[in-house]
Amino acid sequence: MNELVQILPDLLEQTGIMLWIVAASLLFGGIGGLVVGTGLFVTRTGGVLQQPVVWWVLNVLVNTFRPIPFIIFLAAMQPLGRLVVGKGIGTEYAIFAIALAATFGIARIVEQNLVSIPSGVIEAARSTGASPWRIIRTVIIPEALGPLVLGFTFAIIAIVDMSAVAGLVGGQGLGNYAITYGYRQFDPVVTWSALVVIVIVVQLIQALGNLLARRILRR
Amino acid sequence: MTQHIVLDRVSKRFPPAKRGGDPIVAVDDVSLSIEQGEVFGIIGYSGAGKSTLVRLINQLEPVTEGAIRVGDVEISGLRGKALREQQTRIGMIFQRFNLLHSRTVAGNVAYPLEVVGVPRAERRRRVEELLEFVGLAGRADAYPEQLSGGQQQRVGIARALAANPQVLLADEATSALDPETTAEVLDLLARVNRELGVTIVVITHEMEVITRIADRVAVMEAGRVVETGSTYDVFTRPTTDVAKRFVATVVRALPEGDELVALRAQHEGRLFTISFTDEGASEARVFGALARAGVDFNLVHGGVDDIQGRVYGLLTIAVRGDAAAIDAALAQIGPGVTVEEQR
Repeated sequence: MNELVQILPDLLEQTGIMLWIVAASLLFGGIGGLVVGTGLFVTRTGGVLQQPVVWWVLNVLVNTFRPIPFIIFLAAMQPLGRLVVGKGIGTEYAIFAIALAATFGIARIVEQNLVSIPSGVIEAARSTGASPWRIIRTVIIPEALGPLVLGFTFAIIAIVDMSAVAGLVGGQGLGNYAITYGYRQFDPVVTWSALVVIVIVVQLIQALGNLLARRILRR
Repeated sequence: MTQHIVLDRVSKRFPPAKRGGDPIVAVDDVSLSIEQGEVFGIIGYSGAGKSTLVRLINQLEPVTEGAIRVGDVEISGLRGKALREQQTRIGMIFQRFNLLHSRTVAGNVAYPLEVVGVPRAERRRRVEELLEFVGLAGRADAYPEQLSGGQQQRVGIARALAANPQVLLADEATSALDPETTAEVLDLLARVNRELGVTIVVITHEMEVITRIADRVAVMEAGRVVETGSTYDVFTRPTTDVAKRFVATVVRALPEGDELVALRAQHEGRLFTISFTDEGASEARVFGALARAGVDFNLVHGGVDDIQGRVYGLLTIAVRGDAAAIDAALAQIGPGVTVEEQR
């Protein structure tokens, strides 16, 4: 109990850093994933912006990067990180790498949810003379919003998972805290405290996602 | 009457299902002319190409060959913004209604108004007016899944009419509805035609739909239009096999095969089929002639139909008595009624 009180300031600080990593990566990766996933859906054959070459490029990109184990991806993206965020280590670089990996992962989730929209609804919008961009904004995204929220909830939890290995490149956060101060210093109290906090965070995110999706789906 | 929609030797081919195969010919060299303000029916079995044909009219699918003119504009030559502008003048309704589930009834009806850039206040007024017209005043804030199929199609019709189109395309609009709701939706379409003067193109595989609202009809088979004419003419004098089969689904057709054998077994005497159209003749003249000749007869098959407010009868009678007397009586019947013996 004493030890718990002792580690509390660090635990809270590291929780804050983890939430910051997750929020920032979600912002960039979420936008990236939404753009790439929607791009995959609308440029495919029969899509509202059918573009076989663009589709092919996006598809190859996603298929190439998505399956790479994140710990390798994190190490391998260092040169790109130096180019984009100016460094290949630290929390900022970790955010960059997570956002990039999340973009490819979320892209597939988005695409899968969009495919389930009945094609007749899009056709009805086309018949009114709506432009492709308007259809994306007013039909494709709103019609799939419920499943998209659930997909994003799934993605946030995957991002929490990815944030735990940020320590590999000198990033901070709960994962790094649990490994450095718990595992390496034989202090199970630290490890377990970090674990409990992560479980609570994940539960909260999932509950919020479910609630939001249910609202949108009116169920 | 002026021509409103003209299809000139239009074909649509889709790429082959597998590499090296033959392209799929959905519409094959179709020429049609649809008049301003009429209800034009296109009937055919599934796969006849009628749904593709209707999508060529508003260019949801580009034509492979030929030209389509709607009003003064050759819509088949347009792309991008110019095409979308013309599409706002053509409304469309669908078998599965295709309403947006992320929007309320009012939101769905307002959609085409947003596309053409109508300001918010005017949108609200117009939506109200449209919902009133289709009989859904008060349901503006409902979501599509809270409505019955017939109500959803009414929303579809209100949406299709929102931007004041001159043309309404109905793709199997009643196929997902029960007979009673079908009748209500068809009555509404007839009102749209009558009160708003909208030219309507109705695609269907149900002959009742054609007889109820279409002024003229084209019969499609394997991508081609095989028969065209006024609904009454195609009904009373179908020339192709496919048209005859459709007619038989609503008019009690001539007894054939097993049915004829059964009728012979049940009834004594000779079987005659009487057919008449609305040109002043009726079965009464035949019955009168037979009665005067003193021969006994009874009605064994058939019926009298109302097609677009006109009469068409096809009756089979069994006649007993002296063969010569029967022939003599039937010989005097005169024009307008055709009597044929079923041998």
